[in-house]
Amino acid sequence: MLTLRSKLVNNYFKRGLFLGIFLSFSAHAQLHVETYGFGATQIPIAVSGFTNEELAPEMVSKIIKDDLNSSGYFKVLNTLGSTSETDNVDLPNWKSQGADALLVGSVQKLDDGRYDVRYKLYDTNKSSTLSAFAVAGSPQYTRLSAHKIADDVFEKLTGIRGIFSTRIAYVAKNGTNYQLEVTDADGAGLQTAVRSKEPIISPSWSPDGTKVAYVSFELKKPVVYAQNLITGQRTLIANYKGNNSAPAWSPDGNKIALALSKDGLTQVYSVNADGSGLQRLTNTSGIDTEPQYSSDGQSIYFTSDRSGGPQIYRMSASGGDAKRVTFTGSYNISPRISPDGQTLAYISRRDGKFQLYALDLGSNQELRLTDTQDDDSPSFAPNSKYIVYATEMAQRGSLGVVSVDGRTKQRLTTQAGDVRNPTWGPFMK
Amino acid sequence: MSSIPTKLALVFAAAALFSACSTPKVEEKPPVAAAPAPEPAKPVENRVVAPVVVPEVDPLNDPKGVLAKRSVYFDFDSYAIKDEFNPLLAAHAKYLSSHTSHKILVQGNTDERGGREYNLALGQKRAAAVTKSLTALGVAGGQVEAVSLGKEKPKAAGHDEAAWAENRRADIVY
Repeated sequence: MLTLRSKLVNNYFKRGLFLGIFLSFSAHAQLHVETYGFGATQIPIAVSGFTNEELAPEMVSKIIKDDLNSSGYFKVLNTLGSTSETDNVDLPNWKSQGADALLVGSVQKLDDGRYDVRYKLYDTNKSSTLSAFAVAGSPQYTRLSAHKIADDVFEKLTGIRGIFSTRIAYVAKNGTNYQLEVTDADGAGLQTAVRSKEPIISPSWSPDGTKVAYVSFELKKPVVYAQNLITGQRTLIANYKGNNSAPAWSPDGNKIALALSKDGLTQVYSVNADGSGLQRLTNTSGIDTEPQYSSDGQSIYFTSDRSGGPQIYRMSASGGDAKRVTFTGSYNISPRISPDGQTLAYISRRDGKFQLYALDLGSNQELRLTDTQDDDSPSFAPNSKYIVYATEMAQRGSLGVVSVDGRTKQRLTTQAGDVRNPTWGPFMK
Repeated sequence: MSSIPTKLALVFAAAALFSACSTPKVEEKPPVAAAPAPEPAKPVENRVVAPVVVPEVDPLNDPKGVLAKRSVYFDFDSYAIKDEFNPLLAAHAKYLSSHTSHKILVQGNTDERGGREYNLALGQKRAAAVTKSLTALGVAGGQVEAVSLGKEKPKAAGHDEAAWAENRRADIVY
């Protein structure tokens, strides 16, 4: 795997960069997805049609191609016809056509109504099999099967875990209707988790992927709920006097950090996942809000105006002294720490524009990731390689996805209304 | 002498008529009874005065009254209450002090620029400035709750300075 990767990288540098603008749109998508740009290296891969895939409700090979294209890590080569995992393949021939990897497969309808999707991933340079697998799923999970195969291809060829089978939750606003919606990472497969006539903000996905905590204004003030996505059961997490907002789960799922104004101005507190065990973590005479646990659960990053304008600070997860983290610019908010602990994403206001930045915590190098000017609410993909965020396009709320190196960008928009406040869900079985 | 049986016969006939259209029933009253003497009427308490309270016109519901004004506006990036809103706050403080069963929410708002959560905290700062002013004027702390809607419920939908100024506001909600 490592050999292949370095070889692919070398090959790629020899060839130079391809300019890529990829468009993908699924008929079932509620969110329209456009991808711009490409990664520093793009692995050329041939994805053949899967034998008998027309039997399933969705074309598996097309979903895989769209996933790989949107990632920015691949250049997907066009192929003709279909090849199954049991067919003989002429790997040197594929290699001569420019493919460093080849994906083939088949779809079979099982007696119990499920679809069995099998595939094989070849390394054309070494003429070897990199991966082979079968995924069986009921018809409505055909997309998921395809995303899981794309995840495996991504991981085998880049060494990075794929996020195609993960999900994103966000708030859709249409007039005075607010919905908390959940989709696949590619914007398809929409499901509605909450409908309300009052605003919903700041959804935060629990580490096990079964719950989302969020702020609802249904009681004429912000109140924090946690909702089990599977059962629909809502638990009131915080309804203290004043504001209750900015929930964020600890990595073990046992605690929720949040911002409350019960003692005056907004301060950071933590509660147990059922709302019990309130603890105050900050103690200033200003604003402390937007807590986020580090991936090891030891620290909390948060926004504070203790030095004047809002800046990002870090303290122990049990509270106490805080260290300032951001120093450039007078307005830095909404800290999000990558799951690998290497990158801090945040929104910075510079020259009147609110834009998404990434700070490499190792080198202290800061990178602006967007060209838009109303960015908000960043959230890391569980593999730490992408950030989804809210932004405005033509005065309508839309979502953007950007790679942490800023090279690959996607925009997710709806036909009508606004989408905002995204939260990227965790890896799930 | 014959008049009594005749009377009885008539009464029985009437009873038969009635019973024809109802279930048979034992007569409860004797058919002939002297009318009881009327009880003497209770003496009329003609010196009692029943009080009538004309409902007070609640100044809270007077659309032209000072209490109908319930919004305090703020400058950009400011959480200080401008002098022009002192009469408004004094009027609400007076009313709340004399109507201690009333509880109010003070909802702070911000313009649309900036992050949702940070704006929620800034709106809270505006609401807190209003509640602080009210309690300083004698309103009990338990009667007022400062909350924020941040930039989530803008009153003005535009994206210009006029709309932003309208949305930099705290509202008193009874």
